[in-house]
Amino acid sequence: MSGATPEERTRFERRSHSLRIRPKTIMINVAAWAIGLAWLVPFVGVAMTAARPLNQTSLGWWNLSPFTLTLNNFISAWNYPGCPLSLGLRDSFLVALPATILPMLIGALAGYGFARFQTRSRNFVFVTVVLFMAVPQMMVAVPVYNLMVKLGLVSNLLSLILLHSAWGIPWIILFMRNFFRTLPAEVEEAARVDGASDFKIFYKIVLPMSLPAMAAIVVFQFMWVWNDFFFAQVLIQNPNWYLSTQCVPRLVGQFVRPFDLLSAGAILTMIVPIGLYAVLQRFYIRGLVGWTIKG
Amino acid sequence: MKDARGGPFPRLIPSFLRGAAGGRWLRSQARFLSFFLPAAILLIVLVVYPVVATLTLGFVDANGNFAGLQNYQRVIGSPDTINLDQFNRTCFQPPPGSIWPPRGPPCGSLVNNLIWIAIHLPLTLFTGLFIAVLLQNVRGGSLVKSLIFLGMVTPLIVIGVILRFILEAPIGLAPAFFGWLGIKSLAVNWLVTPGTLLPGLILGTVWSWTGFSMIVYSAGLTTIPKDYFEAARVDGATEWQIFRKLTWPLLRPVTLVIVTMTLLWELKLFDIVIGSTNSQGGVGGAADVLALQMYRYFFIIDYNSAAVVATLLTVFTLVVALALFRRFLNLPRRKKPAGSRRFLWTRHREPLGGEQPAPDSV
Repeated sequence: MSGATPEERTRFERRSHSLRIRPKTIMINVAAWAIGLAWLVPFVGVAMTAARPLNQTSLGWWNLSPFTLTLNNFISAWNYPGCPLSLGLRDSFLVALPATILPMLIGALAGYGFARFQTRSRNFVFVTVVLFMAVPQMMVAVPVYNLMVKLGLVSNLLSLILLHSAWGIPWIILFMRNFFRTLPAEVEEAARVDGASDFKIFYKIVLPMSLPAMAAIVVFQFMWVWNDFFFAQVLIQNPNWYLSTQCVPRLVGQFVRPFDLLSAGAILTMIVPIGLYAVLQRFYIRGLVGWTIKG
Repeated sequence: MKDARGGPFPRLIPSFLRGAAGGRWLRSQARFLSFFLPAAILLIVLVVYPVVATLTLGFVDANGNFAGLQNYQRVIGSPDTINLDQFNRTCFQPPPGSIWPPRGPPCGSLVNNLIWIAIHLPLTLFTGLFIAVLLQNVRGGSLVKSLIFLGMVTPLIVIGVILRFILEAPIGLAPAFFGWLGIKSLAVNWLVTPGTLLPGLILGTVWSWTGFSMIVYSAGLTTIPKDYFEAARVDGATEWQIFRKLTWPLLRPVTLVIVTMTLLWELKLFDIVIGSTNSQGGVGGAADVLALQMYRYFFIIDYNSAAVVATLLTVFTLVVALALFRRFLNLPRRKKPAGSRRFLWTRHREPLGGEQPAPDSV
């Protein structure tokens, strides 16, 4: 592009450059897209089975010779008598929404406390809290179940909401603390000089500035709660209150495999987190990357 | 004058302490606690107390009497956990007259977890890295990334069910494919054949988890300045040399994060196994894992054994996690000279662990 170079030379360079690079670029593009499409094959299998009657797919979902589309599988999974997905999805929403909002607010509050009122002893509390992120769910199952039995909350969605909230708090504290530390403290100092209380500063100034971080938390926590199976299995034992993830394995028959129901139930359950991911992908990836790489 | 230092609940501080110089420490604590208290209550009731209770459950018998290490002896000695007999004789030995698959399982849940790690970790790591490097300059690369990442946002129990559409005999792709190739030993129902169940599920988890390493490696690649690559190319380095001497070493911190997160995930495997088999870990427990074993003990109300398995699992995850948290929290390292130590209570300008610049975009 520089004016000093003669035009012919530039054109020649561009041509040779493109000639040298083109076959390789095409190959890489084709390979990348082939890999991406190959990764979709299992999803395609489920979708093909769910969208067609069982007698067309029972010998392999890739057999296309009779091909009719139907919504019947989704309808029968929606109304499946053993565990209707209609109720399962409702219960999943009833758990996932409060179990996202509650720990987000509580965790943000605590994260702000750790970010701004930092002392040596509090840092040890912080490290302890963060270490709980690595504890597997199985470590708390028995006592939490016994506790909920005592409180009469077994098979009550409230128990699951509380447990997921507590479980999400450590990583939300870590995430929000690291985020709050990137915010300039000067604004808050100015507000403090003007006589605003800590709490007022938090919800009038800090929270509005942290909406992107909140969005990341909403996506992660909602997906985490929605996708959870273990806690739901432990705490919800009444079929009337099964979550959607609990319904999916119950669609697997004992002797005959109802693949049509199974695939439809799987799609109904996964469509929610996948839809959320599609809409809020930017925040999800940013949160994931920030969380894992940046810390 | 307005008391600016009261936190959300200034009335909680007794009036004789408010404004008094002697109450400064208490006031500071109250100020912090007013932010931390709601989280602390939830954590103590639903995380800290249960963890401690599970720990103690492991050391008592069913009646609550102290039992020492008996529970641990029983669980670790159980063939459910480590099936040494099977391990020696058949776990990796093929049946007479064939080479693959081994007749093997059940090898025990702990052994299965280790096999899972040994196969899954390198496969998923390098597949993710390969795809990330490949997608660097691909048109529509972000869409391909999203497609591959779908397995990460799908519920794991659904992933287990989806694997049925690949591995299970009448409807699955894998048995039909190997039947078409004429490989008899693999043209079986993968989910009910002991030798193929575990490898099949491991490959299935490679499929679902590669999105993670790919996304994180992609982000890591964007943090490497382009000049480095250009300089290396000007010097005449081959692509492999660039990767080996430049990309791979610069990605080391990212690799550490991926390895740790993947290890944690592999140790806690649960939903996928139950989704594609049953709560017994498939035929004869061929794909049994620690978390599933704990779940079974929980449902037959053998709480002490369940607590032991959970504690073992926690010990493993904590050992792995400490490697990561040291980095997250900038804990002092022994190798660094004393002068350059950054203690975790020093105020940093950048967020914790911020040795690297933030990736601009993914």
